[in-house]
Amino acid sequence: MGLLFGGLWIGQNINLLPLGASANAPIYDELFKVLLTIGTILFLGMVVLVVYSLIRFRRRPGQTGDGAAIEGNLSLEILWTAIPAIVVLFVGLYSYDIYERMGGMQPLNHHANDASSHEHFNSGNGRIWGGIGSSSLATPQQSAAIPIDVTAMQFAFLFHYPKGDFISGELHLPKNQPVTLRMESKDVIHAFWVPEFRLKQDVIPGQPTILNFTPTKTGRYPIICAELCGPYHGGMRSTVVVEGAEEYQDWLLSNTKVSTSEK
Amino acid sequence: MTTITPINEDSKQESTVIESHADHRMFGLAAFLIADGMTFAGFFAAYLTFRAVNPLPTNAIYELELLLPTINTALLLASSATFHKASKYLKQTKNGLCQRWLMITAVLGVAFLTSQMFEYFTLPFGLTDNIYASTFYALTGFHGLHVSLGTIMIFIVWWQSRNPGGRITIENQFPLEATELYWHFVDGIWVILFVILYLL
Amino acid sequence: MTLANSSSNSEAIQKLQPTGWMKYISFSLDHKVIGLQYLVCGFIFYLIGGALAGAIRIELTTPISDFMPRDVYNQVLTLHGTIMIFLWIVPVVNGAFGNYLIPFYVGARDMAFPRLNAVAFWLIPPAGLMLISSYFITGAAESGWTAYPPLSITSPAAGQIIWIISVLLLGGSSIFGGINFIATILKLRQPNLKLMQLPMYCWAMLGTSILVVLSTPVLAGTLILLSFDIVAHTGFFNPSLGGNVIVYQHLFWFYSHPAVYIMVLPAFGLVSEILPVHCRKPLFGYTTMVYSIMAIVILGLVVWAHHMFTSGTPPWMRLFFTIATSFIAVPTGIKFFNWVATLWGGKISLNSAVLFSCGFIINFVLGGITGVALAQVPFDVHVHDTYFVVAHFHYIVYGGSVFVIFSSIYHWYPKFTGRMLNETLGRFHFLLTFIGFNLCFAPQHWLGLNGMPRRVAEYDPNFAFINQISSLGALLMAISTLPFLWNIIWSAFNGGIAGDNPWNALTPEWLTSSPPPIENWEGNAPLVTEPYGYGTINQEDLVEPTPESPSEESSQ
Ligand code: HEA
Ligand code: HEA
Ligand code: CUA
Ligand SMILES: [Cu+2]
Repeated sequence: MGLLFGGLWIGQNINLLPLGASANAPIYDELFKVLLTIGTILFLGMVVLVVYSLIRFRRRPGQTGDGAAIEGNLSLEILWTAIPAIVVLFVGLYSYDIYERMGGMQPLNHHANDASSHEHFNSGNGRIWGGIGSSSLATPQQSAAIPIDVTAMQFAFLFHYPKGDFISGELHLPKNQPVTLRMESKDVIHAFWVPEFRLKQDVIPGQPTILNFTPTKTGRYPIICAELCGPYHGGMRSTVVVEGAEEYQDWLLSNTKVSTSEK
Repeated sequence: MTTITPINEDSKQESTVIESHADHRMFGLAAFLIADGMTFAGFFAAYLTFRAVNPLPTNAIYELELLLPTINTALLLASSATFHKASKYLKQTKNGLCQRWLMITAVLGVAFLTSQMFEYFTLPFGLTDNIYASTFYALTGFHGLHVSLGTIMIFIVWWQSRNPGGRITIENQFPLEATELYWHFVDGIWVILFVILYLL
Repeated sequence: MTLANSSSNSEAIQKLQPTGWMKYISFSLDHKVIGLQYLVCGFIFYLIGGALAGAIRIELTTPISDFMPRDVYNQVLTLHGTIMIFLWIVPVVNGAFGNYLIPFYVGARDMAFPRLNAVAFWLIPPAGLMLISSYFITGAAESGWTAYPPLSITSPAAGQIIWIISVLLLGGSSIFGGINFIATILKLRQPNLKLMQLPMYCWAMLGTSILVVLSTPVLAGTLILLSFDIVAHTGFFNPSLGGNVIVYQHLFWFYSHPAVYIMVLPAFGLVSEILPVHCRKPLFGYTTMVYSIMAIVILGLVVWAHHMFTSGTPPWMRLFFTIATSFIAVPTGIKFFNWVATLWGGKISLNSAVLFSCGFIINFVLGGITGVALAQVPFDVHVHDTYFVVAHFHYIVYGGSVFVIFSSIYHWYPKFTGRMLNETLGRFHFLLTFIGFNLCFAPQHWLGLNGMPRRVAEYDPNFAFINQISSLGALLMAISTLPFLWNIIWSAFNGGIAGDNPWNALTPEWLTSSPPPIENWEGNAPLVTEPYGYGTINQEDLVEPTPESPSEESSQ
């Protein structure tokens, strides 16, 4: 019992995660709490069992002879087959549900530009886009999500804003607006990771990938390349700036001007 | 209940050891062929995935004629049958006939390799043209390597089954049986290869 | 093809073998010699791999890249991963203990194919030396132990090719070993010995060898294709030539996920041998243990894509692999609960072997639980390729397999050498290792969750403090090797004489002298049908284990 409550308490009160700044971050943190709770209970339970056995059943000086010749116990075996089975079934279904809520089950490959997915983009029926999936080609221009093309190369990210047609080294996003990143790599595999968004997607040469999400908190967060891509892999970082709608528009405008005047 | 009982088997007696040993070598070979088959399975899986997801690039050539490979298939299948005949004759201690059929098998193997070479030289694409081409050469090449090895083994077995003087006799069939199993395996791989490379 | 048609063939072979310590550096055909060759060779590579880990941890004490150049860092971590997996864990848990123990357990005098066995071992030192020397000659491979293309195609080719050749040789060695184990267990078993009477380690090795035979060739094929891409400029995995990088990942993990069970199933088997002896209790739930091994083997073959959740795999695939992976917790859990039940109610000697085994249980459960968490797609998209994963697998490979290797050395050293190890030093070693290990790897979970990716030489300065703690733990681990080394070397000459069966164990390797004679038993091989009969078998039988009585031998 104490174990159960201890686990629950740790699961609910220990926060090991960084700030959550995207719409799927709270969902993620919910999953994390559940996993941490279950994990702690199981782990502490095993530790207590092992340590208790070692102390209680240790061989005392002068003691000889064998322990009881118990070779097995069917109902116990069934019990400890069933408990983990139920636990993993629960965890599996639960994380499926979480993933569904993040939008991850959306088959982006083929339906990214058909009507049904636009509905999700537009209607905002509580569905939060944090989904990731491979995609051949999407034309998200018509949707409400802001489309941005991401190019990764050794050792930098480039963000191309179709609206304004300019390229930036920093990713600027307006708060509470769904975004669609269409990512492709020029050379080797990289990965786009923003810990505060709880999102990661490999950026693969020759095979565009899509990442949808909605940032919810303003601030500057690191973009980290998470796939070994060469000597400077560790230095391949960028910044995502989440800002209010107006600042974002200003930024967009100023950049558009710059790039057109340069041309 | 007794836990520790000596068993009545004198393992220093070599005769039993030898007999059981022959068995194990066939078993070991079979296990090895399973492993080898998994290598091919990996290649097949790669090829099928490439086909499923990677479109042929524009302008790329990947055309295969069917005639030659079909003849090749026939050659290899026939060689399996002739090998089987050879090993049957060995069991009847007819070493001469055994040798003759082994030679026919070897000739079929050489014919296969020659016609495969011919195909390589006449194909309209090269190793590095596109992934289909590369995979085609990798698969047939790896298989061809197996056939070459098998053919060499058949020649050795042929030589060793000559009647006076050869080591392969009715008492010692292992080299012949092993080569036969290997040869059937190589044939089987070819059939799969033929289906997925040429027919699909 | 040589045939044993002269009746003295095997004796003649034995006579040609060198004796004394020389035999350990010869092409010996004796399974016990080969087993120890594997063990010592593996341990040397462990020290090298550990030294490389030390270099990694030194580099990571500061957030900037200062200890070594960045590309050298990548070479070091590639070598560290490759050496630890292919030259330390896999050869030792399979090759070393498998060769030493399996013939005893099935009641045979040697492995099914002694010559193949020796060849399998002798592939390892050249492969390992080649791999390490590549660092000095051309620069080692620098694309991680996973060698994902296109990075592995575009990074310096010489090192990568040497890496491929070494791994191919090591893979070949492990396939030969696997075939040999399957044949020995299934074919050389004493006629009256039933499969379900075998010690658990045999089952673990049978399962492992099946995995080896089924999955290692796929890695070999994949690496051959990769080498074509590098040398012949084909485009299998090169997107700029129309290739597909994801296919490589599928093929690679089709081997490398089973490989993690190749590293841990034999360890499970070893623990199942060690615990009953020192708890004086039968192994709990033998039958379920056997089934759970087989379940892990089957499930282990169909979960590989959990390493690729962020590689743009389609949703149905992620879902399938999440569920399949999670379910591995069930058979694994069965094994853990059975071990705890074996402890329960026993008369446990708290010696070094037991301590390391119990340390293993605790560490592995933590590593397994983080593994199940990683199997959940939504969780993994955040922590994939971060230090959380590094922590997960070190908890399993170090806290699991390496702890078991230490435990096994403490358990079987008296058999190997005829001498006892020093207990005090052993417990000291355990304490240092356990503390150092947890200090090193527990903080890495936090690092991963908070944004530190793996395989980086430079990182966010906010993580410096935690990384220093982790490095301190690594230092403790390095120090903890010293009492162990001292112990095994000193005890080989000065340890107490062990006698044939210092633990009063029931498994067959103890029913002969220590170290055992050339063909394992002076007389006939004993038939052991109850390797775990503690509590039922009379203590008197154990004090004087008489595998063969002279009268019975003369009766033939
Ligand atoms: C010996 C090696 C070993 C073993 C045995 C395992 C075992 C497991 N591993 Fe691990 N793993 C690695 C070595 C190993 N792993 C390595 C080296 C990597 C990184 C590779 C790389 O990228 O370089 C990796 C990476 C890795 C990933 C990919 C992470 C990523 O890159 O994003 C995942 C994801 O699913 C995973 C999952 C699991 C699971 C579910 C198990 C399960 O088998 C664990 C099962 C065990 C238990 C669960 C504990 C005991 C059970 C109980 C006490 C019952 C109750 C428990 C529950 C109900 C949960 N592992
Ligand atoms: C399979 C087994 C295994 C084992 C046992 C270990 C053991 C250790 N590992 Fe390893 N590790 C891997 C497998 C293993 N590792 C793999 C597969 C990777 C991934 C590689 C990749 O990304 O491609 C990895 C990666 C890896 C990283 C991440 C690198 C990165 O991503 O940037 C780190 C960082 O801390 C690390 C640390 C350690 C430490 C401190 C130990 C310690 O436990 C080591 C303790 C041992 C010693 C310290 C030896 C003591 C002896 C001496 C010091 C004597 C000195 C000798 C001479 C001078 C000759 N390992
Ligand atoms: Cu780009 Cu790592
Ligand atoms: Cu895995």
